[in-house]
Amino acid sequence: MAKDDITKSFKFIGTRPNRPDGFEKVTGRAKYGADISAVGMLHGAVLRSPYAHARIKSINFEKAAKLDGVKAIITRDDFPKDREGEPLKLLENTIAGEIAYYDGHAIAAVAATSVFTAKEALKEIEVEYEVLPHVIDVDDAMKPNAPIVRENAGDFSVPEGSSPNVASYIEFGRGDIAIGFDKADIVKSGLFKTEAAHQGYIEPHACMAQLDHNGQGEMWVCTQGHWYIRQMCSEVLGLEASKLCVTPSEIGGGFGGKTTIFIEPLALALSKKSGGRPVKIVMSRSEVLRATGPTASASMDVKIGMTKDGYLTAGCVEFRMQGGAFGGSPVSEALQCAFASYNMEAVHHIGFDVLANRPRAAAYRAPGSPMAAFAVESLIDEMCTDLNLDPIDVRLKNAVAEGSKSSYGPKFKKIGLIETLEATKEHPNYSIELGVNQGRGVAAGYWMNHGGETSVSVSLAEDGSVNVSVGTPDIGGSRASIALMTAETYGIPYDSVRVNILETGALGFNEPTHGSRATLASGKAVYEAANQTIAEMCRRVAKKWQIDPEAVYWENGYAKPAGPNAGDFSPISIKQIASEMDKTGGPIAGHHEASIRGVGHSFGVHIADVEVDPETGRVTVLRYLVAQDAGRAVHPSYVEGQFQGGAVQGIGWALNEEYVYGEDGCLQNAAFLDYRIPVASDLPNIDTIIVEVPNPDHPFGVRGVGETGIAPPLPALANAVAAATKIRLRSLPMSPTKVLKALKTGNDGC
Amino acid sequence: MNKIHVKTNINGDQVEFLADPRETLLDCLRDHVGLTGSKEGCGTGDCGACSCIFDGDLVSSCLVLGVEAEGKSIETIEGMAGREELHPLQKKFIEMAALQCGFCTPGILVAAKALLEKNNNPTETEVRYWLAGNLCRCTGYDKIIKAVMETAKEIRETA
Repeated sequence: MAKDDITKSFKFIGTRPNRPDGFEKVTGRAKYGADISAVGMLHGAVLRSPYAHARIKSINFEKAAKLDGVKAIITRDDFPKDREGEPLKLLENTIAGEIAYYDGHAIAAVAATSVFTAKEALKEIEVEYEVLPHVIDVDDAMKPNAPIVRENAGDFSVPEGSSPNVASYIEFGRGDIAIGFDKADIVKSGLFKTEAAHQGYIEPHACMAQLDHNGQGEMWVCTQGHWYIRQMCSEVLGLEASKLCVTPSEIGGGFGGKTTIFIEPLALALSKKSGGRPVKIVMSRSEVLRATGPTASASMDVKIGMTKDGYLTAGCVEFRMQGGAFGGSPVSEALQCAFASYNMEAVHHIGFDVLANRPRAAAYRAPGSPMAAFAVESLIDEMCTDLNLDPIDVRLKNAVAEGSKSSYGPKFKKIGLIETLEATKEHPNYSIELGVNQGRGVAAGYWMNHGGETSVSVSLAEDGSVNVSVGTPDIGGSRASIALMTAETYGIPYDSVRVNILETGALGFNEPTHGSRATLASGKAVYEAANQTIAEMCRRVAKKWQIDPEAVYWENGYAKPAGPNAGDFSPISIKQIASEMDKTGGPIAGHHEASIRGVGHSFGVHIADVEVDPETGRVTVLRYLVAQDAGRAVHPSYVEGQFQGGAVQGIGWALNEEYVYGEDGCLQNAAFLDYRIPVASDLPNIDTIIVEVPNPDHPFGVRGVGETGIAPPLPALANAVAAATKIRLRSLPMSPTKVLKALKTGNDGC
Repeated sequence: MNKIHVKTNINGDQVEFLADPRETLLDCLRDHVGLTGSKEGCGTGDCGACSCIFDGDLVSSCLVLGVEAEGKSIETIEGMAGREELHPLQKKFIEMAALQCGFCTPGILVAAKALLEKNNNPTETEVRYWLAGNLCRCTGYDKIIKAVMETAKEIRETA
């Protein structure tokens, strides 16, 4: 139950109807990126660097071009030479210029009449490389004599004397750290490390593109945000944005990784060079792992002060994160999340965004927050253990609440951390007795959430059903939640609403389905647009009744006279109004465009129980609980789904997933067999508690729920392993090898 | 490379296509027969998104060559629903929100159906191990496992 009175009762919100796109998705009819084809279509393939860092001395594709069926070959020469700033970085990452910066970096691309021909042509392209020294590890990249990834990459923020691989520097805080630590009874510090993890969406990147010489084109693509694709492709290729129409397919997972471009400009350029024929490119899994995503790897110093009764007095962090060869690690977000759950008088944050010879980091679910949570929540747990304090009680003592000034600046409005902590404490999982080699870990996590640019429209069909048009691809049930909010707004059945996801030409700019924003932002905008149509319907009915429009109100799908003074009229249904539209003024539609604000910050608390096998080092998750403030769960099943999915991604990151590089700087585990994400037999059920502290800035109280859930598992599992073994691992993943070594030597993995 | 004529049965229909001998069954289903419900998530038999029934056996169709389909009988996700209504697993997956993005869903449904045809009373552990070859990145498997268990229960009750 909601813990305030924002809206009294709902007819549809909070129910669990079948999702509108369920039928297509269980029958194989739904069209994903690679499922789309066109007449005359060519197949594209991409040649990728086999070196971590190499100068491209020459590319000779004469032999390849002569192969029967090869229609176009492109290199960097086929792209504009005058790009600067972010468009240049995007272009560099799309296709290498003079230098290949990482294993898997695109060098050239071919379009041919079959996939086989395209791949054969790749083998015939001769590239002469001069191999350059490379650097992979973030701490190595910061050493004075480290190989330089890109000259002059540092921006204005980088302090003098820093390694040339530091792209940017960030520092902020408040209060007097020294006084804060003086007030503490214990002060503890530690070094923590996490490895890069991939978003691991099961659908590889895929697109089909068509571009004419006059700069007009179309693209079908699996993406979280087709306006981003349009914008980035236009910037990279020098096209006019409005001339490129981008249609999203259904999307097979993204988790942040499908908010940017990789193969899309290549497909457009190949299409143009082949005379405007459609070109489809589908990545292999190995390409996905080598050249897209992943998240950053991190090396983090944390120092925290605590009184003996568990109050946090001060904290400081220095986070070093590599986000690949072009910068862009989420170090800033990591710093913002580090102490966001707690009231602390004195905090200090330092962050370095560092370059390394790895693929450019893409967003991954609450970017930066999982690493920050691992470092801070692990250290707080160590202190709770040292002081023999209950970890939930300590978090309750320090938890931020409405009115708290966050560690990174903004003052929190109504938030639900305390309610979430209380819910976990009361849950039976917290008191189940544990056996030998078993341990329990608790951790909290935070994500700020995002609103962003949003444009929607709503139109009334001639039979009184409603079409909703949004620009946020449905990645996990947002059609259902938006349909529920629409049904609630009109008071019409859920089944009378159809939610469509439109292409870039049909609506104003929409940010992607990212930042946990689809239900929040599109939902808020749809509410506004629907209310425009309701006002219009009331106006038309008022005209019919010859009364003032203000004397008509809307309830449960009907226009009604607003009380006895308005007159004695029988309510008119949406169906009747719709059937008379042609006579009363034409089509009825509403639209709303805004940069949505008032996102409602999101907190979660997880409890993990594990068993550690002392012989193999394997960590088995016995039971797992996610509690999180959803504001308002529009469709509770999909809210639970977000909690569970996020938790399991975090479990994978904590226990098993990592990018493994060889001495040569090449990725050694570019396949699902070796980059092993959790499978069904690795896991228990994931228990959930949906806490509802409604967001005061949303018409239905919604907070984004997608991202927070990935942050707490990293520390919760480390804390559980520490409880089970009395050994603290400060480096992820806690793979069997690492755990076994820790059990034998006491080594924390760093 | 010369193409090979393949005559096979897919979801009860006689189907003929010309396969490049290097093409997988998955390629042929998707590109020659137009059945794009089976998905390629890895191409190496690790993810299970291309799961099909091949002469009664559950296979990763990315590990079977298209020409091997000659004279065989193949079932894909497109053949799972009845003319009038969905298969109980399909219905239950929608009702219990056992899919998010839906990309792994066809493979998981095909694999789960194969399990329930062998054993309509599996334990949760049996379901988890049977589906260990089908990767899902969205759901954490929780609702998938529950939907399979619940369908099995329904099948037993109506049997």
